[in-house]
Amino acid sequence: MTTSLADVASSEAALRAFLHGLPGVDRVGADQRAAMLGTRSIKTTAKAQAIDLAISMVDLTTLEGADTAGKVRAMCAKAVRPGGEAPSVAAVCVYPDLVAVAAEALKGTGIKVASVATGFPSGRTSLEVKVSDTALAVAAGADEIDMVIDRGAFLSGRYMKVYEEIVAVKAACGPAHLKVILETGELVTYDNVRRASWLAMLAGADFIKTSTGKVAPAATLPVTLIMLEAVRDFRDATGRQVGVKPAGGIRTTKDAIKNLVLVNETAGDDWLTPEWFRLGASSLLNDLLMQREKLATGRYAGPDYFTLD
Amino acid sequence: MFEYAPAPESRDVVDLKSSYGLFIDGEFVDGSGPSFKTVNPATEETLAEVATASAEDVDRAVRAARKAFDGWSALPGAERAKYLFRIARLIQERARELAVLESLDNGKPIRESRDVDVPLVAAHFFYYAGWADKLEYAGFGTKPLGVAGQVIPWNFPLLMLAWKIAPALACGNTVVLKPAETTPLTALLFAEICRQADLPPGVVNIVTGAGETGAAVVAHPDIDKVAFTGSTEVGRLIARAVAGTGKKLTLELGGKAANIVFDDAALDQAVEGIVNGIFFNQGHVCCAGSRLLVQESVAEELLAALKRRLGTLRLGDPLDKNTDIGAINSAEQLAKIRRLSDLGEAEGAERWSPACELPEQGYWFPPTLFTGVAQSHSIAREEIFGPVLSVLTFRTPAEAVEKANNTPYGLSAGVWTEKGSRILWMADKLRAGVVWANTFNKFDPTSPFGGYKESGYGREGGLAGLEAYLDV
Repeated sequence: MTTSLADVASSEAALRAFLHGLPGVDRVGADQRAAMLGTRSIKTTAKAQAIDLAISMVDLTTLEGADTAGKVRAMCAKAVRPGGEAPSVAAVCVYPDLVAVAAEALKGTGIKVASVATGFPSGRTSLEVKVSDTALAVAAGADEIDMVIDRGAFLSGRYMKVYEEIVAVKAACGPAHLKVILETGELVTYDNVRRASWLAMLAGADFIKTSTGKVAPAATLPVTLIMLEAVRDFRDATGRQVGVKPAGGIRTTKDAIKNLVLVNETAGDDWLTPEWFRLGASSLLNDLLMQREKLATGRYAGPDYFTLD
Repeated sequence: MFEYAPAPESRDVVDLKSSYGLFIDGEFVDGSGPSFKTVNPATEETLAEVATASAEDVDRAVRAARKAFDGWSALPGAERAKYLFRIARLIQERARELAVLESLDNGKPIRESRDVDVPLVAAHFFYYAGWADKLEYAGFGTKPLGVAGQVIPWNFPLLMLAWKIAPALACGNTVVLKPAETTPLTALLFAEICRQADLPPGVVNIVTGAGETGAAVVAHPDIDKVAFTGSTEVGRLIARAVAGTGKKLTLELGGKAANIVFDDAALDQAVEGIVNGIFFNQGHVCCAGSRLLVQESVAEELLAALKRRLGTLRLGDPLDKNTDIGAINSAEQLAKIRRLSDLGEAEGAERWSPACELPEQGYWFPPTLFTGVAQSHSIAREEIFGPVLSVLTFRTPAEAVEKANNTPYGLSAGVWTEKGSRILWMADKLRAGVVWANTFNKFDPTSPFGGYKESGYGREGGLAGLEAYLDV
């Protein structure tokens, strides 16, 4: 079923009809499915495999007003060598003004530099500012751009505005990959999550991402489940694969593994690589390292044995 | 490829004895019939030898129950409630032990016995404990019937026990219960819990054995009430045996439920509901959604999604925490499922199963669906009681209702649509005791359960469930 979806965005009415024509999401059922998958018991060899996979999928993130070049350099060092034999993470994610620092620190390592842009986290600025925010971050060396959508426009039904902004930002990205943050905590309903996912994919998103991390709830399991269903169905319909990045609130190895189980049993194998699935997180990495150590040695080491960068 | 390593629940919590007797008058005693073996259906390994209760044993049990009745029914409701609350708490405390034993004896996945069966069992005792001192407000009087003879099936051994015993005891009756011959072990562990709770001797008696023992319970002249859950065939025999005796009777029998999916349904959740409707407990569910009625305009899309989903079901060791589909309960049941599935193919329906490796030992059947099924096919009419789904299509709501009701059964039905008014319209038209909307196989002690037509009569659960155990 590779239908062309080219005409879907030909007008506000067509776009609206398409998005509202998507099958609904039953909240009770979706919550139940996510909760059931959360009971999967991942032990021994499977756990070891999952921990290393999760580490390799981490977008190691710092998005604070207090961030400095020193802080970012330290984080980049950790991204390359998280500790022990653990693999490198997928990317580091910083504000646009620190992209150059990160790019310099990560040169030649293969680790991507991701930057939030477009008036992150609220997105309440003009399209001109969003586009140049994006272009400047790319020029400074960002490989990936994490943009936010205009939730106000989405919630008031102006889907075309959201669509056109994504298209414009995607154009400004050039060769950089575009992750579109839906901020699902502000969209509230699962129907909205599904519609926003499709809207972003139609507009050219390379990844869809749950949250900025600045709004709660962030990456809940049911929301990630619905987004995984969306990318799966989108590929069936168009042949194009889009990645998923839950971000915000994923702090423990258990959370990370539950996410991997969701991917495994919803979108499937094809998404189980850092190329197509990322975990946006900061404190998660140390918990993964701690569990990795525990699995290898049989003992828990105290938090002082894990670096804080 | 992300392979889940085996994650077996430990058997060590269960203290399996090599042989089990009957539970009569608060004591474990030998049965006078020949003992029989109960096996683990996943491995065919013998778990224990279990006594057969002869007619004399049944008589002893009924006499013990009769003797205990005066004292038990005279207790203030609040006192009976204390015992029931205590039993409920002990079930929670020993939940893991009960879940492991249930999975061993029945073959159902530990995920289900742990997350569904045992929590519901405890919830049932808690719920009816709450009624014990409030019967005068229920509207059925407060007079118990006397001694209840209860015969239960093998699909939810402990849960069916709870459905039978909890309301009976709350209303002041005493009971003689016969568990199914393939799954007697959790009932006997429950007997141990009754002792632990200091339940007065004779209030609960458990007699094990096959059909003859059940027949002896039903036919005993000093039984005031018969409650049976099982096949329609045996239900008929029981109704005949009880006719004209003055015994009260409730029957919960077979089903051939329609799970109806409209084109405006939440499709991903509908797929989950279909899976849960027919593959939950290997389809050994009287209210299983064994007939999928799907609107033609969405049939192709839904079937593709359903087949993809079936490909992710994990069949295997029931004690593995990641298993979705366990073993078929017995060789006999497996033979029946095979016979009906072969018949489905022979009658012209198209059979499909996901790639699925079956263990060599034990009784196994892959999740199976049949497309191109017509109402006239045997697999659309007979209860298969296994993981076999018949897919039919419809065009209009009226046709869906017509097809759904076109069965001698009437236990349950499911409706999937995002349209609230259609749910109400369908629920009004469907002749089934339970109609689920946008969910399936959802149970709660507060909700009455029971059938129309050949699915039986009487209600279990909820306020309505009290009626069966009171002299109205």
